[in-house]
Amino acid sequence: MTRIRYALGACAFALLLWQGIVWVTGVPSFILPSPLRVAQAALDNRVLIAENALVTATEVILGLIIGTVLGAVTAIQLANSDRLHRLVMPLLIFTQAVPVFALAPILTLWFGYGIASKVVMAVLIIYFPVTSAFYDGLTRVPADILDMAKTMGGTKRQIMRRIKIPHALPSLGTGLKLAAVYAPIGAVIGEWVGASKGLGYLMLLANGRAKTDLMFASLFTLAIMTLLLHLAVIKASDYLRKS
Amino acid sequence: MGHGHARGVIQAPAIDVRGTQYIDSVRLFGRIDMHLPAGQWTCVLGRSGVGKSTLLRLIAGLTLAGEFEGDITASDGAGLAHRISVMAQSDLLLPWLSVLENTVLGARLRGQTPDFDRAENMLKRVGLADDMWKKPGALSGGMRQRTALARTLMEDRPVALLDEPFSALDASTRADMQELAAEVLLGKTVLLVTHDPAEAVRLGHQIIVLTPDAAQPWPTPDMPPTRDQYAPATVACQAALLAHLREIR
Repeated sequence: MTRIRYALGACAFALLLWQGIVWVTGVPSFILPSPLRVAQAALDNRVLIAENALVTATEVILGLIIGTVLGAVTAIQLANSDRLHRLVMPLLIFTQAVPVFALAPILTLWFGYGIASKVVMAVLIIYFPVTSAFYDGLTRVPADILDMAKTMGGTKRQIMRRIKIPHALPSLGTGLKLAAVYAPIGAVIGEWVGASKGLGYLMLLANGRAKTDLMFASLFTLAIMTLLLHLAVIKASDYLRKS
Repeated sequence: MGHGHARGVIQAPAIDVRGTQYIDSVRLFGRIDMHLPAGQWTCVLGRSGVGKSTLLRLIAGLTLAGEFEGDITASDGAGLAHRISVMAQSDLLLPWLSVLENTVLGARLRGQTPDFDRAENMLKRVGLADDMWKKPGALSGGMRQRTALARTLMEDRPVALLDEPFSALDASTRADMQELAAEVLLGKTVLLVTHDPAEAVRLGHQIIVLTPDAAQPWPTPDMPPTRDQYAPATVACQAALLAHLREIR
């Protein structure tokens, strides 16, 4: 509880400081709106923000689910075959050198202006962290335990299912925590490049019309969404750790 | 013995190990010539790094650094694969499984349906009847090692290789575990790697001191194991063995 109190205190202090700067410098609101003004804009546009937030949330959650499933399946295949790992891992690392941001226009071209291109963006951005975190967990089962499994006559498939995967679930949780923070970035970049819905689209729209207060309101909505997602994933991975 | 264990009483084979172990063409030990008598306990001692655990892994058919020149044979002429169970110093319990599920791990890993009735009997035998549903994290060191023993027994293999399984336990728990292991592994061919002369003298039908040059048998007191730790003959044997171990170092 004290931690939450401290966090709230820090937020209140930041807001006061922000409000103070706006008052003292008299900066025009289209450059930097005061927190009060942003809150007012959020309230006035709540339906608009909610509609667009729902679109972004859908993209992020779909991206997270698809990316996690693909990443987990890849990690299991790589852990099953050294040769595959040697073959595929350099490729995966190379793809990490390509900035996903640069791919956004192409993805929009291929998958259209709808939600598909944003989901693909989110998937691409989280695929590697999920794969590599889970793979690490799968391949770091203590050798003693694997030796025991071998003397017991365990099959490769059962050893994967009964030992390696349960052992690697906490690592998967670590990858998911990263993914929860990255996935919204992917979705919003996708929306910036070309969309007619979503918080990223709303931010661009508001910015273009000098409605800086609405832009800030959208930005905070996105930040809060990301935080909530992160918290949900932490809860889920704690559960994985304990089970 | 035999109660609750009537099923699958397999005649345990004697095992012969003859050969030399090399690591990067440097000799680790040997040429050794070692006989593990059928259905008896052989205790192997020797200073750290002499290759006691290597010897155990060799017999268990596990991958090793280096190369073994020689052969390992069973007296009945059959192979040793799938006839051996191993118990290590750490209990190797899977923390996410209950005591009961850990006990039936072998069957699970082979894709078989576990025999839970038999597992419950094993757990009763090692004194864990009331702790079957606990996770290893909630157990003491002795209880964890007893779970590992139950898991080893579930495998019902004629040969048991024990790599210092009691060394991390406190003195009284260790004494309890030694007695329990001797009782439940009766009739199996057992190889126990240990650092503790007292443990070797207490449990071994045969004691072998491993040095880089040879595997030397060491005389045991004239009574069958499990021996009284404080009988004069046992104490004398322990003292002589300890003195010898210090000398060869």
